[in-house]
Amino acid sequence: MDDLNRLIARRRRQDLIFGAFGLVCTMLGIATLVILLVDLVMDGLPRLNWAFLTSANSIIDPEKAGILIPLVDSLLIMLVTAAAAVPLGVAAGVYLEEYARKNWLTTFIELNISNLAAVPSILYGLLSLGLLLYYLNLHQLGITGADQRWPLGPRGSLAAAGITLALLVLPIVIVATREALRSIPLTIREAAYALGATRWQVVWHHLLPYSSGGIATGIIIGLSRAIGETAPLVTIGAAGFWLVLPPSPIQSAPPFLSFAWLLEPFSAMPIQIFTWTQDARPEFRVNAAAAAVVLIVMTLSLNAVAIVLRYRLRRRINW
Amino acid sequence: MVLRVVLPMLTGVVLAVALVGCGTGERASVISIDGSSTVFPVSAVIAELYQSQYSDAAIEVRYSGTGGGLKKFCRGELDISNASRPISTRELEEAKKHQIQFLELPVCFDALTVVIHPDNTWAEKMTVEQLRAIWSPESEENQIRRWSDINPDWPEKEFILFGPGTDSGTFDYFTEAINGKGGRSRKDFTASEDDNVLVAGVRGNLTAIGYFGFAFYETNRDKLKAVAVRDKDKSEYVLPSQEAILKGTYTPLSRPLFIYVNYNALQRKAELQRFVDFYLNNVSQACEIVKYVPLPESAYKLVRQRFAEQRTGTAFGGHPAVGTSIDDILKRELK
Repeated sequence: MDDLNRLIARRRRQDLIFGAFGLVCTMLGIATLVILLVDLVMDGLPRLNWAFLTSANSIIDPEKAGILIPLVDSLLIMLVTAAAAVPLGVAAGVYLEEYARKNWLTTFIELNISNLAAVPSILYGLLSLGLLLYYLNLHQLGITGADQRWPLGPRGSLAAAGITLALLVLPIVIVATREALRSIPLTIREAAYALGATRWQVVWHHLLPYSSGGIATGIIIGLSRAIGETAPLVTIGAAGFWLVLPPSPIQSAPPFLSFAWLLEPFSAMPIQIFTWTQDARPEFRVNAAAAAVVLIVMTLSLNAVAIVLRYRLRRRINW
Repeated sequence: MVLRVVLPMLTGVVLAVALVGCGTGERASVISIDGSSTVFPVSAVIAELYQSQYSDAAIEVRYSGTGGGLKKFCRGELDISNASRPISTRELEEAKKHQIQFLELPVCFDALTVVIHPDNTWAEKMTVEQLRAIWSPESEENQIRRWSDINPDWPEKEFILFGPGTDSGTFDYFTEAINGKGGRSRKDFTASEDDNVLVAGVRGNLTAIGYFGFAFYETNRDKLKAVAVRDKDKSEYVLPSQEAILKGTYTPLSRPLFIYVNYNALQRKAELQRFVDFYLNNVSQACEIVKYVPLPESAYKLVRQRFAEQRTGTAFGGHPAVGTSIDDILKRELK
């Protein structure tokens, strides 16, 4: 009996030790994030104010420099990314999960999609540079040859940046869509088919609404990864110094929508942070820290939206 | 339902952007500048000054390195390329192939500064031969790793080397000036494109030695010590300073920085003419702001004259002229 008790006590102890170890591991991740955030906030605090968010950059006076243009550009890039990655990614996910026959080709495609998610992001930049700019000449879209405004030859633009990051996000969206679809019970599909619904009707009226929480989460997680990407944007030619806001997408005169902004040169939040850390004058490092805080807040709030969405949409479903 | 969630978010972003986005009506012409990250601050300051006075041009300044910038420039993709070394023979051929003519305009000085830890007392003065003994590829082969291998009076400790990445014009120039040929260097050093990394590295190691541009030394004077350098056939050790660079005594490590202007674009765009003119008239003020060393006024006069006459071509024939004074360079024939 004593032996048994000792044995139980030992097992309990081991359990406790592993529990404690697991907790330490978890805390390590959180602690790193907290230390990073606190350090950044402490460094950047003097510059974290409204003027910093609403003024253009200055390389002459660090006190006057702001992040308005990289902030707006980053948001517009995300807009292009979402517009390109969401329809493509969701459609591909639905096709693979609901339509495609299981054969070696689909297995091969599935394997590749999973691999794509792990490709270093700079490769997407190189791909875009070669394909979008040098081969497809994206920069010439809607521009007549005689236009004097631009330098000749391929150059990066908000559209190119957005599409590049869309390629990066695409595998994440596809995988999330498939996971979400797979979590829907088979009985739902069977019931719908039994009532004579076509495959499209099943997808549109049942599967997509029920999986929207998971899909939206995937999209947002993808976007929050993309917003911090530097390497691919550098490759396709982000500007280190650029003081001009893109033309507004909404016009006061018909046709009210304008797409001229798509071809503008661009800056972006991570690029701006990097440029400031490169400056020889230490005052600019305060700006870099402040901008990094803004970028982290943007990422964290995107993640928060994802969590809230998932929670609310899941609650609404009852089968 | 996906749409119901995502659509309002996207609309929100569009509206927010539309509210701040003020660009309506006629857009300004875009001037594209790329190239050396060393010259980047100077060109960016000029771009800021220009855009605060004129609205006829939107100027983008990027920094993909002298090599990367000139590559694009020679294909005609840029209006201006920043360069921390003169255009190379290969790049000249590329430009010819694409029928790109250019103006070569020296805009300011940089002095490559060799730095050591502030508590390092033995290596405050070094000759070019000693620097070569540290940095040459032969030294790596011959296992020269300790300070005492260079000078028996120095401590028997290994030196830790820091330098810029091999893509930078700074690396090209240093290796040309010290090892005799651009790109020839030992490889067992910590290379970083980020000068702050080099500063931190040298600052953290008593036996470290490294090199980078003068501006970074100027802003980190309290953390590092500069090495006084003696050139071949000279008798004095010279510390890098504004005066020494201007007088031309800090050899062989001071170098001119350039902008290359696309001649074809210059003929096409009036605002590019105005911008380059503005550049040459304000560059010494810009140097003051970013702590670079301006050229002497006599040199600027020659540069402005070259621009006024729109004389194309390079004065170098593909090789940096180590140790040649700026006035001599400017008086050379352009090819």
